[in-house]
Amino acid sequence: MSAITSQGLTLSYQDSVIIDQLNVSVPKGKVTVLIGGNGSGKSTLLKSFARLLKPQQGTVLLNGVDIQRKATATVARELAILPQTPVAPEGISVRQLVALGRYPYQSWLQQWSDEDETMVNRALARTGTLELADRPVDSLSGGQRQRAWIAMTLAQDTDIVVLDEPTTFLDLSHQMEVLELLRELNQQEQKTIVMVLHDLNLACRYADQILVVHEQTIYAQGTPAEVLTEELVKTVFDLNCRIIPDPFFDTPLCIPFGREKIE
Amino acid sequence: MNSARERSPLIKLILLAGVLVFAMLLSLMTGARWIPLSDVIAAFIQPDAMNINHILVSSTRLSRTLMAVVVGASLAVAGVLMQALTRNPLASPGLFGINAGAAFIIILFSTLFTLTSLQAWLWCAFLGAALAGSLVWLIGNMGQGRMNPLRIVLAGAAMTALFSAFSQALLVVSQEGLDTVMFWLAGSLTERSLTLVWPLMLLSALALGLALICARQVNVLSAGEEIAIGLGQRLGLIRLLLGILIIVLAGSAVALAGSIGFIGLIVPHMVRKGLSIDHRWLLPGSALAGATLLLLADLVSRVVILPQEVPVGVMTALLGAPFFILLARRRGAHYA
Ligand SMILES: Nc1ncnc2c1ncn2[C@@H]1O[C@H](COP(=O)(O)OP(=O)(O)OP(=O)(O)O)[C@@H](O)[C@H]1O
Ligand SMILES: [Mg+2]
Repeated sequence: MSAITSQGLTLSYQDSVIIDQLNVSVPKGKVTVLIGGNGSGKSTLLKSFARLLKPQQGTVLLNGVDIQRKATATVARELAILPQTPVAPEGISVRQLVALGRYPYQSWLQQWSDEDETMVNRALARTGTLELADRPVDSLSGGQRQRAWIAMTLAQDTDIVVLDEPTTFLDLSHQMEVLELLRELNQQEQKTIVMVLHDLNLACRYADQILVVHEQTIYAQGTPAEVLTEELVKTVFDLNCRIIPDPFFDTPLCIPFGREKIE
Repeated sequence: MNSARERSPLIKLILLAGVLVFAMLLSLMTGARWIPLSDVIAAFIQPDAMNINHILVSSTRLSRTLMAVVVGASLAVAGVLMQALTRNPLASPGLFGINAGAAFIIILFSTLFTLTSLQAWLWCAFLGAALAGSLVWLIGNMGQGRMNPLRIVLAGAAMTALFSAFSQALLVVSQEGLDTVMFWLAGSLTERSLTLVWPLMLLSALALGLALICARQVNVLSAGEEIAIGLGQRLGLIRLLLGILIIVLAGSAVALAGSIGFIGLIVPHMVRKGLSIDHRWLLPGSALAGATLLLLADLVSRVVILPQEVPVGVMTALLGAPFFILLARRRGAHYA
């Protein structure tokens, strides 16, 4: 069973078509990573997966049901999205930001429950932002801020988590920390993770499935070993590289070349 | 959120309420004729129809005080909502072109029909405010995609310019009633009887109450469009509701008291700094602080050039302009 499925999905801004007639599915309980060049349409596709963008044509099915037909609050309890460059309200503290993630569980009568409190504290702890909880988000470094946003997404407590470049702004160790956290959520809580990553090697290390966004469609898909070839990197990124098996993890390892001569 | 964290804003909120009550009493006492506190209290508990002080308190002073409270609270809350809706901390309710619209309809109707009753005058102002506000709202929602805050700001500026130009043209053509219109435009809370203003005041009070219970929704909205949709907010609905609330609050304020600047801009800022950025505190805090500030400004405007009065809009501008410059400088330094 797939968590997200697109059927004949066409996405466009004004007149320019970004994704054309796409059929693709994101398997449940797996880590799916989208890769592709800048401006290829990764963020656009993710937005349509989270009903932030209405399709021009076709449908997005969330757990088998057309996402546009589901109540938006129901969707918010099934799928959480972290957009590429969110801007926090001025002066909001990390704890207040993370608490927003509980909005889909509240109503006029039920304003703030013990469960909300627990989930917020857990999300803060898991992302290592507990000690930042009372700091204003706009006083944090880019990486700390990113972790605060991820915490908000986790507080939403959904089975599907969609993240647009969750590792940008993070130093290498924090990149690893975030990816390890997402894998942990995937393995321990069977959460479905969909994310965009730019680092091909980390993408290969953490992905169960890779989707390559190129030429208005999913140009290639499959396990990292199936997808990541020298020809693909050449066509999609216009980059010469060598692909060798990673000596430790055995996933494909891409060694990019600049102007160096390759023999 | 949890109780320990909530205590400090609650204490401050209660303090604010105390200050407001104090300012209201002061407002009942102050004027061309000074009335001692004992007489003010007696006027409510044991009214004496022959006592001139009692009559003054329960008629003009009371209505003036209540009006300042409602108008001040409405302007401040409209400011908070406007800033959340546009995600622009420098937005104020005036951006909806509301003041200019109210002025235009008043001038138009008073040249066409010579408005005689104050009641007609009030509803014309409200009508004009609502007209301009709705136009700005519609233009802001036009075109492809969803509401665009920047387009709202631009539409507001354009509507303000347009309505002001119409007003000036009309004023040139007909000199009649120019003085009253000018005084009203400057913003005043001159004594009006409660029997005339209560329908509009009730409308504002309702809108204030509704705004307060939407605090959580406003919190989510101010996190931005994509986050709000992601969290399951019905964005179109909440934006429409806030738009209506802003138009009702700012529209009735301008109808009751003319154009009073700066309250809607500076009060939300002060309360954000001093109380909380969480709208569950910010909205009630701004309502209390806005009411207090307008009361105090009105108090000063009553006594500063006795026996004459300064329009209260002039007072708030005198108070607000330096604050605004300070704010702009601070923010400038912040982002430099
Ligand atoms: N709101 C918008 N209006 C018009 N065009 C847009 C809009 N957002 C994106 N685009 C265009 O759509 C294309 C795809 O953009 P998208 O953001 O999906 O790319 P991306 O793959 O996420 O790129 P990146 O790696 O840089 O994040 C780009 O050409 C971009 O210029
Ligand atoms: Mg992107």
